Amino acid sequence: MGAAHSHASDIAAAVRNGVTTATAVLEGHLASIAQREPEIHAFNLVLADQARECAATIDAQVAAGNDPGPLAGVTIALKDNMCTRGVPTTCSSKILEGWKPPYNATVVDTLAAAGAVIVGKTNLDEFAMGSSTENSAFGPTKNPHDTTRVPGGSSGGSAAAVAAGFSQIALGSDTGGSIRQPAAHCGVVGVKPTYGYVSRYGLVAFASSLDQIGPFTNSVADAALMLDVIGGHDPLDSTSIPQQHPSLTEAIQQGVEGLRIGRITDLPAGADPDVQERLEAAFDALRNAGATIVDVTVPAFTFGLTAYYLIAPAEASSNLARYDGVRYGMRVEAGDTNAMYGATRAAGFGEEVKRRIMLGTYALSAGYYDAYYGKALKVRRLIHDDFQRAYQDADVLLTPTSPTVAFKFGEKGDNPFTMYLCDTYTIPSNLAGHPGMSVPFGTGAHGMPVGVQVLAGTLQEPVMFRVGAALERAVAK
Amino acid sequence: MSARISATDVAKVARLARLDVTPAEIDLMTSQLDGMLEHFADVDLLDLADVTPMTQPFPLSNVFRADVVRPCLDREEVLAAAPAAQDGYFQVPPIGGEG
Amino acid sequence: MSEYDGLPGDWELVVGLEVHVELATNTKLFSGSPNRFGDEPNTNIDPVTLGLPGALPVLNEQAVELAMRVGAALNCTIQACTFHRKNYFYPDMPKAYQVSQYDQPLNIDGHLDLPNGVRVGIERAHMEEDAGKSTHVGGSGGRVHGATASLIDLNRAGVPLVEIVSRPDIRSADDARSYVSELRSILLAVGASDAKMEEGSMRVDANVSVRKAGAPLGTRCEIKNVNSVRSVGRAIEYEARRQIDLIESGDVVRQQTRHWDEGDGRTHTMRSKEDADDYRYFLEPDLVPLVPSQEWIDRVHAALPMLPAARRARLAEATGQGATSEAVSSVVERGQDDYVLAVGAAGGNVARALVYVKEAFADSPHVPAADLAALTKLETSGSLTATQAKAVLAELVANEGGDAATIAASKGFEAMDTSALDGFVGAAIAADPDAWQKFCAGDGKAMGALVGLVMKASQGKADGKQVTALLNQKKAASAN
Repeated sequence: MGAAHSHASDIAAAVRNGVTTATAVLEGHLASIAQREPEIHAFNLVLADQARECAATIDAQVAAGNDPGPLAGVTIALKDNMCTRGVPTTCSSKILEGWKPPYNATVVDTLAAAGAVIVGKTNLDEFAMGSSTENSAFGPTKNPHDTTRVPGGSSGGSAAAVAAGFSQIALGSDTGGSIRQPAAHCGVVGVKPTYGYVSRYGLVAFASSLDQIGPFTNSVADAALMLDVIGGHDPLDSTSIPQQHPSLTEAIQQGVEGLRIGRITDLPAGADPDVQERLEAAFDALRNAGATIVDVTVPAFTFGLTAYYLIAPAEASSNLARYDGVRYGMRVEAGDTNAMYGATRAAGFGEEVKRRIMLGTYALSAGYYDAYYGKALKVRRLIHDDFQRAYQDADVLLTPTSPTVAFKFGEKGDNPFTMYLCDTYTIPSNLAGHPGMSVPFGTGAHGMPVGVQVLAGTLQEPVMFRVGAALERAVAK
Repeated sequence: MSARISATDVAKVARLARLDVTPAEIDLMTSQLDGMLEHFADVDLLDLADVTPMTQPFPLSNVFRADVVRPCLDREEVLAAAPAAQDGYFQVPPIGGEG
Repeated sequence: MSEYDGLPGDWELVVGLEVHVELATNTKLFSGSPNRFGDEPNTNIDPVTLGLPGALPVLNEQAVELAMRVGAALNCTIQACTFHRKNYFYPDMPKAYQVSQYDQPLNIDGHLDLPNGVRVGIERAHMEEDAGKSTHVGGSGGRVHGATASLIDLNRAGVPLVEIVSRPDIRSADDARSYVSELRSILLAVGASDAKMEEGSMRVDANVSVRKAGAPLGTRCEIKNVNSVRSVGRAIEYEARRQIDLIESGDVVRQQTRHWDEGDGRTHTMRSKEDADDYRYFLEPDLVPLVPSQEWIDRVHAALPMLPAARRARLAEATGQGATSEAVSSVVERGQDDYVLAVGAAGGNVARALVYVKEAFADSPHVPAADLAALTKLETSGSLTATQAKAVLAELVANEGGDAATIAASKGFEAMDTSALDGFVGAAIAADPDAWQKFCAGDGKAMGALVGLVMKASQGKADGKQVTALLNQKKAASAN
């Protein structure tokens, strides 16, 4: 697929050296969008005009002898829950339809300063709540590998955009697996960094203590470059880690010789045989590359899903209370404010969002806090501590990203919990605040991509990326 | 089935969350929420007495900003995005009682 | 002394006060828009203030510093603390939650001593953000009821507050008023707030209950919207009588939030506690704990200025007035006591300076202390009468200083020599012999007429005391 599968660093180098232009790179992607976007629906909004202007500016900078930055001319799609000044930011919800933020998310400013070209805002499950992008108020995104199948979620639009060559890179957000799971389903690399690695300022909150922004890329090297650019301290985010992160681009120059790769012996069952087979192949590949495989246990892993489905909705119920029809977004008129709130929120939110608001409100309400939310926070501690113990024996842990390959639309039926099970393997690292990445590792059933998940401890991105790069090399052979 | 949540609870929670719900929605939500809370039975078996709740994924403290004025947003731009505005104010219907 | 009536019989009043104070920072508690009263509506706004999607709070360090000063001045323990979300919907609360402190507040377990010696416990003084303001239009008198719409101004949203919660240690309306007044003086002294009740930068809610002496605590009502120091006592007294009337007529007090109406001098039901909101407090995940170092706490303590009680004692001793006298209290409350003492240090008479300052300086004095000292000396030496000194003082204030002697001279306020005064008195007796005779016969009123004549003839330059003395001398002489 031409330019789309080069490395971002090569594209930036070519643009910076005048070998190609940002405009030429962009037009390649816009052509792909014109061709397949009607079928895929990766975007809520394609910013063709704005992107062309941006590319022209970058080309002019190069012509004038100025350096546009490390992402010069690299095209990027943004999940539509990141605020872009003057550009609609909807979270794929009717309640925010048409809202144009008066400010930019920190990552948006950072990308612009690095010379990136933003091509559009991608589709997601409403307010990032879902695992298939079927919960979007504006219709689902389709998996570019098989349009009868979901791309995963919630950042399904971003994953599909990269897989379809609509943009070189996309940003997503991951609260319980919303980057890694769609990355696995669409056959691209997806990374959720350590909590606090990337600024959340301007990321529309789903669950504040779990949300992290991360990249979708065609290669581990691109993901490393992206985190090198967007990672780092932001004084506008109190939870942003106040330190400089080591270069991941440099880290991946190292191999995996001597690294200890952990196999979680008490991992919850449920992965399909085709997925399990790819995981075993990944262990073999790393062993062949000089790593050692060790057995570890993470007993509380299995409680992650339950704890997550109280903590995330509790925070969401509070974060989404601001959509009240007063200052922005939609309003359903009514006789007094309480009636207006009730009608606006009933009309503006979709079913899954309402369900989680209800669950979270209940979990925090008087008389139930200790029984549910309070207990879930204790389980969160157990999970964190169990991981910490495992990381004394292993440098990284390897699991499937998702129990299955991408499923068909509507396949999960009416029981919400069936859908939630998609995130069994990704959720625990969000609860622990740890990084995780999904690396494409061949195909499974129906020829669909399978992702292998590499997990690591707090700020252990360098070692996680080394393992990711080794898997990528192995699968390329 | 030990019902962990009743239709009355659901109606009360919907009021707290300011979400209008129909009787049919209350029934559906009651069974769905109850189904989800059922999974908590596993957690109820854990001995958590000595476990400290985890509230911060990355431990930080004393994060401050200096008391320095920053540029404000433009009122007209902000009010233009509001559902209703009047004379420089956000306009809402009469403020309802406790709901 | 009290302007309140007190309670009948053996009823006892039990009051705890919750005082919200806006901190005197440049910016909001969690963002950089200005913390400023009186601006055009919705001009001091930013993404955080508006609760825009994606906006995140960052704590204002100066707000913490000021809140710690409040805690230190109220003898609180200053401790590591956290912020919670208090969830409720109201159109002037942009995020539909207020960031406040819940089970781990910054300041706990302090006390405030009233000037009369009563000690009131301080349970906590915690930090939180203010809400915006709602105005009700279309109804009568800006009330909620009958309004056709409400207008929302978010300039105040996010302004840093400290909520100071007293223990229910207050037993009279006078003490409640005194508590608020003393607290206000302390807040001004430490520079934490401008504490203007009329602008809402200091707001008082009162928890009021009554009981028979020695009985367990009664059911309390919370009184809101008490907008002046004077109303504090009035509202509490009214509410206590309302509760006593209820109980004595066989009814019971229901736990309620009530609204004080300054106009009709009554409290009115706002809402009953049964439909109280469920605030679903939980730790604010967008903020991190605040852990003031011992070094920071020590620095705040060391930098505390002398507090009003100590300053009143100091001024009372210097001027010979009582520590609870109105002059001492009001001069200290207005922060003018250092100035009065400076007048003394410049060689002036502090007792006279106290009177001048109390009478003539509504706000901070702009007259150099040395100039005021010179004036007090002219008065105490007898060169100027009290009336003349007052006229010179007015000129000093208007001109923000000047030489008192020169001003007195320009007004012709030269001390009259005795022979000139004698001439005026003689002329007065001659002009009104009738009054003179009555005066000699012991009619006090007649003296006024004679003094008036002297004053008129001397164009006010005569010293009233000297004229009286001279008249009495002459009366004694004529009797012999």
